[in-house]
Amino acid sequence: MSELVLERLRKEYGSVVAVDDVSLRVAEGELVALLGPSGCGKTTTLRMIAGFIEPTAGRIVIGGRDVTWDPPYRRDTGMVFQSYALFPHMTVAQNVAFGLEMRKVARAEAEARVRKALELVRLGQLAERLPRQLSGGQQQRVALARALVVNPGVFLLDEPLSNLDAKLRLEVRIEIRELQKRLGLTTVFVTHDQEEALTLADRLVVMDHGVVQQVGTAEELYESPANLFVAGFIGRSNVLRGRLVERGRFISRGGLALAVPADGFAPGEAALALRPERIAVAPGAGPGGVVGRVALVTYLGAVTEYRVALDGGETVTASVPTPRPGDPLKRVSAGDAVTLSWPAESCRLLAPGPGATPDEGGL
Amino acid sequence: MTTRALEAARDGAAAAPAAGYARLKRRAGRWALRGLAGLAFLFIFIPVIFVLWISLFQQQIVSFPPEGYTLRWYENAFARSEFRHGFGLSLQVAFIAMAIGVTSGAAGAYAIVRFRFPGRETFNTLLLGPLVVPGIVAGTSLYVYYIMVENLLDVDFRGTLHGLVLGHILLTIPWTVRLVSASLVGLDRAIEEAAMNLGAGPWTTFRRITLPMMRPGLVAASLFSFIQSFENLELTLLLVGPGRTTLPVAMLNYLEFRIDPTIAAVASVQIVLIGALMLITDRFVKLSRIV
Repeated sequence: MSELVLERLRKEYGSVVAVDDVSLRVAEGELVALLGPSGCGKTTTLRMIAGFIEPTAGRIVIGGRDVTWDPPYRRDTGMVFQSYALFPHMTVAQNVAFGLEMRKVARAEAEARVRKALELVRLGQLAERLPRQLSGGQQQRVALARALVVNPGVFLLDEPLSNLDAKLRLEVRIEIRELQKRLGLTTVFVTHDQEEALTLADRLVVMDHGVVQQVGTAEELYESPANLFVAGFIGRSNVLRGRLVERGRFISRGGLALAVPADGFAPGEAALALRPERIAVAPGAGPGGVVGRVALVTYLGAVTEYRVALDGGETVTASVPTPRPGDPLKRVSAGDAVTLSWPAESCRLLAPGPGATPDEGGL
Repeated sequence: MTTRALEAARDGAAAAPAAGYARLKRRAGRWALRGLAGLAFLFIFIPVIFVLWISLFQQQIVSFPPEGYTLRWYENAFARSEFRHGFGLSLQVAFIAMAIGVTSGAAGAYAIVRFRFPGRETFNTLLLGPLVVPGIVAGTSLYVYYIMVENLLDVDFRGTLHGLVLGHILLTIPWTVRLVSASLVGLDRAIEEAAMNLGAGPWTTFRRITLPMMRPGLVAASLFSFIQSFENLELTLLLVGPGRTTLPVAMLNYLEFRIDPTIAAVASVQIVLIGALMLITDRFVKLSRIV
């Protein structure tokens, strides 16, 4: 296993900047997820690491060796493609053996390693099948075995779960994580699915418009997003725009005066991000909170969501544990008045710039 | 249909005749469709069936009904040297034209699909060109062109094997370009990337991965090229020389003087040969999936 370093990696297509000076260090045995909406440059970055795209500028270093200008077949990476990209005219065993054959591994040793790799992904009994005779999940596991059997320095995964159905996706996700941990693989994983990234990765890299928005653990990104984009992309956030009139005091455009943490944020234009699950809902208009009218109640099983129109015209979504029968909240429905409250330290002040969340306002 | 039947049952006996009528109508529609399909097939195959049938007629002047059946026309066909030699030459020309045409056509198709270069569209249209030029026109042009080249280089082209083969290569290229392009366009580039990712250089990737995946297109292109060349008459008419005629030209020559079932017998052999080729090819590559 090797360390992977990207230094100010850049890719321009004409006047379009697909990847904008991305720098990243992936430690040995670490799993880093590149996360972002489609077109954010995450796949371009991965393909530059694999060598399928030449960068415009910057450096790629794998295990201490600068591979920026090496062709894909001279880099020590093992890639799993979104479409699996199995060789259709070769059996499962031949697919897995291909990389070893290219490395001129002796036949006896190659056979043993292929068998071991197939056992690793629990496909030993299907070695002589052709790819088209396998299910999607099985094909995916062949692709994993094929990439892993050569002991690559860096393991690359390009949306490997997006072609699987929901149940299988969960299974394969766990399987990938276990394999990665057991073998101590340095891994870069590209996905647009935040849940996938949160559950799999040691660290996440959130990208948008070719730029790295934030790098951190799932908890860091969730608890302290660096900007509005991250606040809306990792989990969900209510966003209230307004002004920080003085340290600890925020007034929204709708005229709502709110207490906020007195952190380093300087007074002026600001956006306030608030997670729906940090908001408590009480029936009726009461003191000690923000009063509004319920616009929509959505039952989601363990939790129930209340979309509440505040007096100032803003809308906030609160997500609370579904009330038990007998709880007065149970009887609250659209049109009823409710009181919302939350600890001041749950509010996070962010720069009001663009990069707004798609579901701003309502959520 | 079941829902309708259920509804009918629920609505009682009064509705039952209506459901029965609907079922009848559907059944009639199905039979009408089958009948039409059968007619279409018949229309396509009647000429073939007649040729095979007539080749067995006993009388020399073809007339209906047959007076009896015989195999002597086949005997005659095999006995006549112009058919034997024509068959041999046709096979020879078709094989060589197919080999050269498919190789170069496939290379052209690869360039068109995989590379972006100036004049790519023009190149593509040019390669499909022989398909739109009528055979007689192409043959005449080639004839004139060969004269020019002969004068220039002092090498014979008219009435020679290489002259004939060169002309037939023109027939095979449009088919090859179209069929091989189609198989390349549908090919997932990630599969080649996967090979390179596993350590295969460009040449190894082509040989081990790309080429085998092009196989269905190449097989179909070979088959159609062979048939195109083997059956061609118009272009060939102007390129054959004395003592060097292909089977279709030999058949035309024979027809000028005699109309007896021998010609049907020769055609039958041709039909059976090409049919067999198609069936054999279809065992390896499902033709219906490519063409």
